Amino acid sequence: MKKIITMMGLATLLITSVARATEVFVLSANPSHIRALAASCAACHGTFGNAVVPNGGGNGVDKAKLLAGIDKTDFLTKMLAFKSGEREATVMHRHARGLNTQEIEGLATYFSAQIPRQPSALPSQVLNKNHAN
Amino acid sequence: MQINRRDFVKLTGAGLGLGLANASWSAFARATKPPIGRVVIIGGGYAGATAAKYLRLWSLGAIEVIMVEANQQFVSCPLSNLVLGGSKSINDLTFGYDALKANHGIQWVHDTVTAVDPDAKKITMLRGSLTYDRLIVAPGVDFIYDDLPQLASAEAQQQIPHAWKAGWQTVNLRKQLEAMPDGGVFVMNVPKAPYRCPPGPYERVCQVASYLKAHKPRSKIIMLDANAEIISKKGLFTKAWANLYPGIVDYRPDSAVTSVDVATKTVTTDFDKVSADVLNIIPPQRAGKIAQIANLTEKDYPWCEVNFLTYESKLVQNVHVLGDSVAAGLPKSAHMATNQAKVCANAIVQLMAGLAPDSAPVFANTCYSFVTDKSAMHVANVYRYDEAKKIMISAEGGGVSLAPSDKEGEYAASWAQNIWTDVLT
Repeated sequence: MKKIITMMGLATLLITSVARATEVFVLSANPSHIRALAASCAACHGTFGNAVVPNGGGNGVDKAKLLAGIDKTDFLTKMLAFKSGEREATVMHRHARGLNTQEIEGLATYFSAQIPRQPSALPSQVLNKNHAN
Repeated sequence: MQINRRDFVKLTGAGLGLGLANASWSAFARATKPPIGRVVIIGGGYAGATAAKYLRLWSLGAIEVIMVEANQQFVSCPLSNLVLGGSKSINDLTFGYDALKANHGIQWVHDTVTAVDPDAKKITMLRGSLTYDRLIVAPGVDFIYDDLPQLASAEAQQQIPHAWKAGWQTVNLRKQLEAMPDGGVFVMNVPKAPYRCPPGPYERVCQVASYLKAHKPRSKIIMLDANAEIISKKGLFTKAWANLYPGIVDYRPDSAVTSVDVATKTVTTDFDKVSADVLNIIPPQRAGKIAQIANLTEKDYPWCEVNFLTYESKLVQNVHVLGDSVAAGLPKSAHMATNQAKVCANAIVQLMAGLAPDSAPVFANTCYSFVTDKSAMHVANVYRYDEAKKIMISAEGGGVSLAPSDKEGEYAASWAQNIWTDVLT
């Protein structure tokens, strides 16, 4: 019973969260699998595909880092071309080749559904005297 | 002082430094009360901070998350070799936790953990205790001084820094390099693998060489590697040293450090005795102290065995281990630590909601090394759960750069900005 209530709670939250959420929940056969895989792209492409880029992605390389709200077909075409070697890449071919077509399709659906925003870079600080190392 | 859940809420409400939530989170927390579970996280590095954020995000605030971290600031190990090269300052790599706490309603306890009681599901700190439904232990690495007792004291580590946990140790080593005369000898070692950041020591040689070439061109670097060969990006580093820093780098494989004379900065190996003007010893490593305290390691193996679907310890139930402490045949890198944290957070959210965790996790790892102040190269792989072997194995198609480039240097700088923002906001 407790579990059912918990799950109902989560279901309600899925609906109420839309206004605030920075991640758009994507219904698929295995949503938790794709969202965790998509999250691993964040080191270069930002949380939920919203990369921190200088000047809002003015130049081509930086613009390519922005995945949130990307056209689904555009994403698919590029990733499959990286995978086949048809399109040259600096590092993306390593990732595209390691993923299967189903995963690339899952990522295309996921990133195209995310809402683009422009996060700013995290400001750095002066190191405290009492830091342990 | 025992803090139970009700007390904790009171304390937080009173603003006693346990971390206050912002308005948007409060509204959210109201909607989710009572939480479906409490996760306590020990360690706010790449792994722990990421787990905290994604547990809150993916549970839509339904899981209560309490972080216990001894430091007030986050200092990035990635890019810290550039401080030694002189193109970055330690203040470029230092960040606060305020955005992470406020954006996600993570409760924060600034304290040091002294004991873990898995039967009572309770941790004890210097100034209190906490209960948990699930515990995440993400303590990074601990240095082993058993074979190098000369370096065990804080005073010795001032004279001979490890600079393998970024912060004042890094600043100290940079100052020693600045004070070294032209024609001096910089000696550093590589401990036996596995250790934190496989390409890190070799990148350090590049950074120190870059500084010496520009400012003290008669100086030399001797690298004593306990391993039989360069263990990451071998061809690329060998070429970088030969092409960019000819005559500066003297690399010696199979040269484990057996003793150190602190006063004279002399290092002994099985074959050699080497004297340094500046000496940097990176000790052999094992899982962080808390992992040892919580009995998450076996006697004869100093790393933590986990289930790679959940990162739950194989030795202690309801305790998960993340980051460099994990016994994985995988590089101990920051990106890997955040990936493990995301798989773990995802699994805990599923489990607490009564659902099965993802049975086939997949993630990507990209690791850059700088060979000059501007030029970098990558190693990148996708890792996939292997059902038969029950471990993460690298998928086909991964590999390293053909050559370092300034373009990849820009990618590496962008990687840093993005991973910091992902982990800490």
